[in-house]
Amino acid sequence: MSDHNKNNTSELPATKTQSTPPAEAPVLLELRNIGKRFGETIANECIDLTLRKGEVVALLGENGAGKTTLMSILFGHYVADQGSIHTADANGVLQPLPPGNPQAALAARIGMVHQHFTLAENLSGFENILLGSEKLWLPARGRAALRARVEAQMAESGLHVSLDERVSNLTVGERQRIEILKALAHNTQVLVLDEPTAVLTPQEAEGLYKTVALLASRGLAVIFISHKLHEVLAASHRIVVLRRGRLVGELTTANASKDQIAEMMVGHEVPRTERGEATVGEPVLQLLDVSLESSQQRQRLQHVTLTVRRGEVVGVAGVSGNGQAGLADLISGLALPSSGKLLIDGEEVQRTGPRHLMARGVARIPEDRHHQGVVASMNIRENLMIESLDDARFQRFGVIKAAASRSHAIEQIDAYDVRCEGPDAVVGQLSGGNMQKLILARALDQEPLLILASQPARGLDIGAQTDVYRRLLEARKRGAGVVLISEDLDELFTLSDRIVVLHDGELTEAGASDEIDRREVGLLMAGQGSNHQQSTQESAL
Amino acid sequence: MIRLESRNSSSHWLAVLAPVAAALFAMLLAAIPLMAAGQNPITAYGLMFKGAFGGMFAFTETLTRATPLILTGLAAAVAFRAKLWNIGLEGQFYLGAVGAVIVGSGSIDAPAAVLIPMTMAGGALFGALAMLGPAWLKTRYQTDEVVTTLLLNFVILLLVQMLLEGALKDPMALGWPQSAPIVDNALLPALSAKYRLHTGLYIALCASLLVFALMRYTTFGFALRAVGENPSAARHAGISVSAATLGAAALSGALAGLAGVGEVAGLKGYLTADISPGFGYAGIVVAMLAGLSPLGVVMAAVFVAAVFVGADSMSRALSVSSYLADLMVALALLCVLIGGFLMRFKVTWVSNSRRTSSTGAEV
Repeated sequence: MSDHNKNNTSELPATKTQSTPPAEAPVLLELRNIGKRFGETIANECIDLTLRKGEVVALLGENGAGKTTLMSILFGHYVADQGSIHTADANGVLQPLPPGNPQAALAARIGMVHQHFTLAENLSGFENILLGSEKLWLPARGRAALRARVEAQMAESGLHVSLDERVSNLTVGERQRIEILKALAHNTQVLVLDEPTAVLTPQEAEGLYKTVALLASRGLAVIFISHKLHEVLAASHRIVVLRRGRLVGELTTANASKDQIAEMMVGHEVPRTERGEATVGEPVLQLLDVSLESSQQRQRLQHVTLTVRRGEVVGVAGVSGNGQAGLADLISGLALPSSGKLLIDGEEVQRTGPRHLMARGVARIPEDRHHQGVVASMNIRENLMIESLDDARFQRFGVIKAAASRSHAIEQIDAYDVRCEGPDAVVGQLSGGNMQKLILARALDQEPLLILASQPARGLDIGAQTDVYRRLLEARKRGAGVVLISEDLDELFTLSDRIVVLHDGELTEAGASDEIDRREVGLLMAGQGSNHQQSTQESAL
Repeated sequence: MIRLESRNSSSHWLAVLAPVAAALFAMLLAAIPLMAAGQNPITAYGLMFKGAFGGMFAFTETLTRATPLILTGLAAAVAFRAKLWNIGLEGQFYLGAVGAVIVGSGSIDAPAAVLIPMTMAGGALFGALAMLGPAWLKTRYQTDEVVTTLLLNFVILLLVQMLLEGALKDPMALGWPQSAPIVDNALLPALSAKYRLHTGLYIALCASLLVFALMRYTTFGFALRAVGENPSAARHAGISVSAATLGAAALSGALAGLAGVGEVAGLKGYLTADISPGFGYAGIVVAMLAGLSPLGVVMAAVFVAAVFVGADSMSRALSVSSYLADLMVALALLCVLIGGFLMRFKVTWVSNSRRTSSTGAEV
């Protein structure tokens, strides 16, 4: 990852190195009037999309806007209710693509890189590239020929990665390069990248934009799916915006502004989140030289010292898997430091137990809503009281006060605008945004002193995201300290008063968010700020 | 090609009707071997129905059979709700019976009003202890409770055989391996002099209501359900997963133990090593047929008991093997599982003709 850290652009979304392709370049892919319903829900309606050779089109939309459905139709995982797909054959003539047939999509030279990698960890990069398209048991000569082909592809696309290393030893960025090489392996003319930067550091993402630009200049057509505005502006020629299954706008990137696109995505003007002045008080969370031993890399912490005061938001930046889980477990009461001290509101924490910390005023918004935040098969009323089962408000001698918990749920649904059928609605049926509102309602209910928010807006649309931000900032204004663990630099810079960076279990103070720039944070996230240059690679070994 | 799409919701009606439909479908399937045996299935089922419900004797026999099944069914339902796979109900049943013998066969002299509850408590305690071991191993060392509870069944059965040859042996039994009899004051009263049905049925029905209330209206039941549905969210919310697991284990074992008490102190009057024709294992089937609902368990237990009692009677009349009962119960379970699957997913067939076959088809 070091090769693309060397350039010195100051702001990240500044890599507009793409030259616009000629408007009359041959069409490689055409979606005509695509429509798809799931029961009552319209997933896609009347979508037309044309993709020309050498073009990078960003497909932008909130969650549930229909991006994934559209791509699933393209790949034959779904059959569209109406419309057709046409791809260019070897002679450049458009041919209809048979619906519902993934093999046909591959044969039409369409390649896809999924958001979640689909690599076999115990095989080498090379074997992964062959996997699925070629036989792995080849005579040496055939293997050598394939090897030469892949290497030629690497040289052409600038995607350099060690082919013989086991995938489990590769960094996330390297794995993505393997994925892209795999998608390119069968003479691909259309490449689809689904939320490709979700797991990358800003520098890695920047490298990816360059790769995409290079691939496009070599004649590939790229669909770049995203919901992050700045990366869309950095990486594409043209932006196509979906909202509620419909194509609501198409712009040339050069003429687009962030606000304009955001408005298009949401359908109305997006209020900017303003942090306001902080009135910082006493320390509410102190980690003094805390280490956490664990067999898992993602939990391990080394000599972390951190203070969070009342009335401030401290953003913890870092690529996922660098100790965030450990930090979250400590503050949630799921783990105790192996060494060092953890103080909440000036008092040392000496035993584990979420209840114990909640009683001291700690509220948690867990990273994984479905896994840790809610019990999806239980209803809203039950999920709102689950953290307070011993509370006299909800039970007496172990018998649940049904009426009290019900009216509490109705109040909270109202106060936090949870869109649902009522307190008895099963939580699993709520949308991500409403689920998060429910978790916020539960967390903020008792006016906590300290809020641990892990990826609080991940996967949420802009509307729900704005709502989450507003609630967190309100809590801050009230005097709560907030620990915001996030990978999203936009989010970190919007909400945080101060930013620290976790890398490989070590925490580095980056500074006040108004005084530092993204580049510095990005370098720290990649472990380049301090003196362990190669530690990402080492830690993966 | 078959596609599965998950359904968003399924109605309550469907939840009640599905097991009934599954049972009917199982009967339809079981008609095949009946016809192969040269019998008219309608006649056979008619005889079965008569054997299970035709007349007071048949009906009370069915309920007598259902009594332990309700309790072991509840035991399985409670444990399974907490995702604690207690396959050791048979062993807990036997240890519960041992507990009843230890307390109720003359070691304590007390009036019935004291001795009956004590006998029941003794059996429940033994059953609970039999399940707490595997559950503790699970919470402490993450051992697989399916393996430990299943294997413990054989250990306990051998232990019971040893006790029946030794410590608990009835000296008056002329060498038969059976326990000393339960004293009169510890016997569960019969409901009528003419039939075998005993007050154990009331105990089982009360247990079903209590378990229902416990699961729905108490924080204990709440914690147990939450741990079963999503242990990591429960842990994160401050619910002790170990405590809920151990609580579910104790309750489950105690219920299975109570079933053993009922058979010893309500029906037989003494313990033998073959007192259970597999009530523990059948309890798992009952719980699954009932969709783990404590009230549904009663219905499911009566159904399973009726199949066994009816098949016994039918096989005597038609000389068809009574193993047909096992077959029917097994088929009903399979049908319920498939029915549950169909309730969660919508299966659609996508005809291949809609797709071109030139580029290679996948199935």
